[in-house]
Amino acid sequence: MEIQRKVKYEEELDSSFLEEIKAMSRCEEIDRCIQCGTCSSSCPMAVYMDHPPRKIMGMIKNGFKEETLKSFTIWLCPSCYTCQVRCPANIKITDVMYALKRKAIDEKIYPKKFAIPVLAKEMHKLIAKYGRNSELWLVLNMYLKSKNPLGLLKMAPMGIDLMKTGRMSLKKEKIKNRNQLKSLLNATKEDANE
Amino acid sequence: MSEYLYYPGCSLKGGSRHYEESILPVFKEIGMEMDEMEDWNCCGATAYFSVDDTMAAAINGRILSTAEKTGKDIMAPCAGCYLTIKKSNDYLKSKKGKSTKILGDLKNNGLEYKGTIAVKHPLEVLINDVGIDSIKKKVKTKLTGLKVACYYGCQLVRPYTDFDDPDYPVTLDNLMAAIGAEPVDYSAKTRCCGGSLTGTIEEVGLRLNYLLLKEAKRKGADVITTICPLCLFNLEITQRKIKKKYEDVRMPVLYFSQLMGLAFGIPKEDLGFSRSIIPLKTMWEKLENGGAK
Repeated sequence: MEIQRKVKYEEELDSSFLEEIKAMSRCEEIDRCIQCGTCSSSCPMAVYMDHPPRKIMGMIKNGFKEETLKSFTIWLCPSCYTCQVRCPANIKITDVMYALKRKAIDEKIYPKKFAIPVLAKEMHKLIAKYGRNSELWLVLNMYLKSKNPLGLLKMAPMGIDLMKTGRMSLKKEKIKNRNQLKSLLNATKEDANE
Repeated sequence: MSEYLYYPGCSLKGGSRHYEESILPVFKEIGMEMDEMEDWNCCGATAYFSVDDTMAAAINGRILSTAEKTGKDIMAPCAGCYLTIKKSNDYLKSKKGKSTKILGDLKNNGLEYKGTIAVKHPLEVLINDVGIDSIKKKVKTKLTGLKVACYYGCQLVRPYTDFDDPDYPVTLDNLMAAIGAEPVDYSAKTRCCGGSLTGTIEEVGLRLNYLLLKEAKRKGADVITTICPLCLFNLEITQRKIKKKYEDVRMPVLYFSQLMGLAFGIPKEDLGFSRSIIPLKTMWEKLENGGAK
């Protein structure tokens, strides 16, 4: 058995991570976390998480950048805002989770075949191109990109239910003024890079 | 009373068209006919905020600017659209971060936004603009005997709204009581349905929705009623597998507007009941014993 150090030394941590996430989430209160655990006990997804929200707040505060961005927690947050409305330190925890998702995508350290980031990216692409989401196409793209044809097969009974009740459409929805949308998104892309 | 512009979003034109089919006739009955927003684009839901929040605010700016040109506030029945447009509206008006730049980009693309628009959910409009007393006057057949679990989910009541409580809201319960139904004390009313996770991680979807259905059953509800397309979808679509994995907690899940329409005397064929995946036989039997036919 190889003995390895399990604790990081301070110089190995990223001291700028906290400020970066504060700016990205537009939440200045992150380091006011008192580690009370209200967020973790409120979270419907905490039982599935590798690091519950309370721990994530502590990790951000102390510069555990890599561990935070690699955590599945950020992708398991369903953004139900329960933690956010209950936090006694007024930390916008859900918005912090969103910022972590963006940071993980920017730094390309998100789980590539994991369906959740794939779904987010595919929906983003559909809307940027057509101005509208088309439910069926979104689901198809998600399964193709996350390389999970079996998952698609398992969805078949649901598809049949939706078809029977007239709730599935094959049409690709589009807005008329796609040029305007494209030009708007190009302009904001430049802002984002500034 | 303000005038509203109807913003459908992807769900009300897709898998939740029975929400549109029932909400518009209900408002018509109240005397509030609404135009649909011209060339509306999607709000981006939770996905856009996860990828790029500057672009998320911009596409919602397009929606807000389109409404401002008509001088009407936005009514968004999908709780996801409601939160997303409202959150972006707050941001664009805040002058924080990149908001001023985004407003500039909007203006350069013929989409000037001065920040005069309010975003409302139909439940909010019904409670605050129309009022419970006026709604009671419209009721032709009370839904007597129908026990309803009112499910609010998350996006309507948290955290950008102030028209009801974020943990234990009551407006939908009051509305259901006004049309003669009996709201049960549903302690899971704002517990999470998993949102889009239900489509991505099956284990999570089944567990969370099982808890919601089980609690409704335990409280003796005949149906669950909701205000959110994704909640309704998750609660319906998971029932078959929940029966296999846990126990039989099958129960119809309907939009509050479908039940309102029924009480207002709109023919049930015109309210999208045929789109329910869960059979409604028991509910109809119950209503025949009680009030509405």
